Amino acid sequence: MLMTVDLVLFLILALVAIATALGMLLSRSSIYAALFLVLNFGAVAIFYILLNAPFIAMAQITVYAGAIMVLFLFVIMLLGTESLPPSRALPWQRPLAALLALALAGEATYLLFIRGAAGQAIPQPVESFGSPQDVGMALFNQYLLPFEITSVLLLVAMVGAIVLTKKEKGER
Amino acid sequence: MVPVTYYVALSAVLFIIGALGVLVRRNPLIIFMSVELMLNAANLAFVAFTRVFAKLDGQIFVFFVMTVAAAEVAVGLALIVAIFRTKHSINIDEMNNLKG
Repeated sequence: MLMTVDLVLFLILALVAIATALGMLLSRSSIYAALFLVLNFGAVAIFYILLNAPFIAMAQITVYAGAIMVLFLFVIMLLGTESLPPSRALPWQRPLAALLALALAGEATYLLFIRGAAGQAIPQPVESFGSPQDVGMALFNQYLLPFEITSVLLLVAMVGAIVLTKKEKGER
Repeated sequence: MVPVTYYVALSAVLFIIGALGVLVRRNPLIIFMSVELMLNAANLAFVAFTRVFAKLDGQIFVFFVMTVAAAEVAVGLALIVAIFRTKHSINIDEMNNLKG
């Protein structure tokens, strides 16, 4: 009984995730694409909660849906590229892309359902698995050095972004 | 619990949609979003396997992927803004020389 409730929830969320991803792929306007992607990130965050990862789910909402997509929306709105005329597509690009995507899908299906153990149920972990406390303990003990390197990476990215968008002296 | 295969299959579908976005769209902003979608699909597979093997390392890795994605988006969007300033266009087919 519990299994069917989980399955129905999974299917509805998977439908939302795939539909919003397709919406992002197909929408003409980049604003709509960005908003579809925000919805997709929200759906994936709910999957994280279902998979006992509440910390990652909240980080997903704040970092992805909050910070990254707001940055995207700002750039889309400030550049104003929506008013530019659409460019001509290369004639062979779409069929080739569809062929490559089909090849990738075929490989994924092969690996999942022929090589992998399909339908294997997930074992129930201990009660507190994946709590923010556990994640923090792992992050600041075992993974302290990568964590510090990440902060340097973010600093470098920030400096790089400022240098790239800074106007040259004498320009305008 | 739903079998882990379902999560991995969903992750594969999202990844393929992202790859298709990179291949067919010509707006670099949407190509960027598709890259984010692919990173997200990989993260979903990570978290699903974290749950299966009851080890937290996957979740930590997802955390690092998110920070790298944030850094990548900041620099990438700055590049797009800089290119738009010099070329007044963001069509990727016109970005074929390194010197603006």
